[in-house]
Amino acid sequence: MTEDQIRAAIFEVLRKIAPEADAKSLSPDDDLRQALDIDSFDFLNFLVGVHEKLSVDIPEQDYGKLRTLSSIIDYLSARVA
Amino acid sequence: MQAGKLVEWLVKPGDHVKRGDTIAVVETDKSNVEIEVFQSGTIEQLIVKQGQKVPVGTVLASIRGEGEPAAAAPVPVAAAAKPAARINASPISRKLARELGVDLSTIKGTGPHGVIQRADVERAAAPAPPTAPAILAAPAVEPLSGMRRAIAAAMARSNREIPHYYLETRIDLHAALGWLEQFNARRPITERVLVAALLIKAVARALTEVPELNAYWVDDRPQPQESINVGIAVSLRQGGLVIPAIHDTDTKSIEETMEAMRDLITRARSGHLKSSELADSTITVTNLGDLGVETVYGVIYPPQVALVGFGKTIEQAWVESGMVGIRPIVSATLAADHRATDGHRGAQFLTALNQSLQEPDKL
Repeated sequence: MTEDQIRAAIFEVLRKIAPEADAKSLSPDDDLRQALDIDSFDFLNFLVGVHEKLSVDIPEQDYGKLRTLSSIIDYLSARVA
Repeated sequence: MQAGKLVEWLVKPGDHVKRGDTIAVVETDKSNVEIEVFQSGTIEQLIVKQGQKVPVGTVLASIRGEGEPAAAAPVPVAAAAKPAARINASPISRKLARELGVDLSTIKGTGPHGVIQRADVERAAAPAPPTAPAILAAPAVEPLSGMRRAIAAAMARSNREIPHYYLETRIDLHAALGWLEQFNARRPITERVLVAALLIKAVARALTEVPELNAYWVDDRPQPQESINVGIAVSLRQGGLVIPAIHDTDTKSIEETMEAMRDLITRARSGHLKSSELADSTITVTNLGDLGVETVYGVIYPPQVALVGFGKTIEQAWVESGMVGIRPIVSATLAADHRATDGHRGAQFLTALNQSLQEPDKL
């Protein structure tokens, strides 16, 4: 899976969680939760959505690594089939 | 609210329904409301058609109660309201309900003999969530202004009438987070539990030790509530907030508490809460830690007599038994109605809350 495909999958999940937000306007280094006003409940929903879409297991201790769009893409790229 | 449009029937004649089931969705000027039935039985007739707009008080359907003969007289299920004559409400609550667009038939009165009082109306009005479709279709101010108006009315009354006192304590979450990490490590991501569930469960448990805080202030006296229904403040993406109740929180497991949170927050944000879920909270918990707030000084939601606020969990130096360590610390604040309790009991509540979080395996 290419980086663009992973980014598209992330945006698709984000659209369900924050439909009013323009995820595409995110800068790679923006803090995702701050930029889109995502609370801990919706962040968990986001991770569940990504997990279901890309079949990537995300242990809880890795949540802290997933702060920005670029770090999320890097993380998923290294694990996606 | 003067009228409602029946958007969808969720049952058909012959279906068996039980008390609390949702049978229809009615669109009001403020939001979609899921109509519940208040008795068990069998749907006999759907009187109002889908798409039909009817005045408040119109009987939507007839329902035959359990054990009643088939020819029983139609029982009003109530559209956006039961017939007005059947509603037992005080004059001021009726006036306020009209002003706030609240349907009295969806409210359970807490006054003598179930009379609906002003506080019941304010409580029911504030949480009404605008639905997502309404927001998408009409991003104008109308859906939000109703909610904002209702929140304003309730909060103004709270500050006007409730003598608040505030107590704060700092709680070491080392044990709770360590327990949660192990708990979640065994579970798939879809079943993991957030620390918020532990905090809510700990509040419920502490209330069993200080039940005076699980009460309503009605008719100039505290009225302790039997059930502990922790209301969780849920912010909506389009603005405003709702406070749905986790019924019988004290009897739920951590998993059940998390599942209830998941269900309520999801439905709150999609505009699918039931009227009873918006009216049954006996205490409110608000957590603003996600936004970086360290300490919360909340405003009590009348007729409740207490609100618990949690701030951000921060790693900081913590001295215990003469040793300094780094611990995850959260600020827990109690806002309480001084008419109902004193600081002494409030302090005991916070102590019980702290203790509960030191023993997460018992939650």
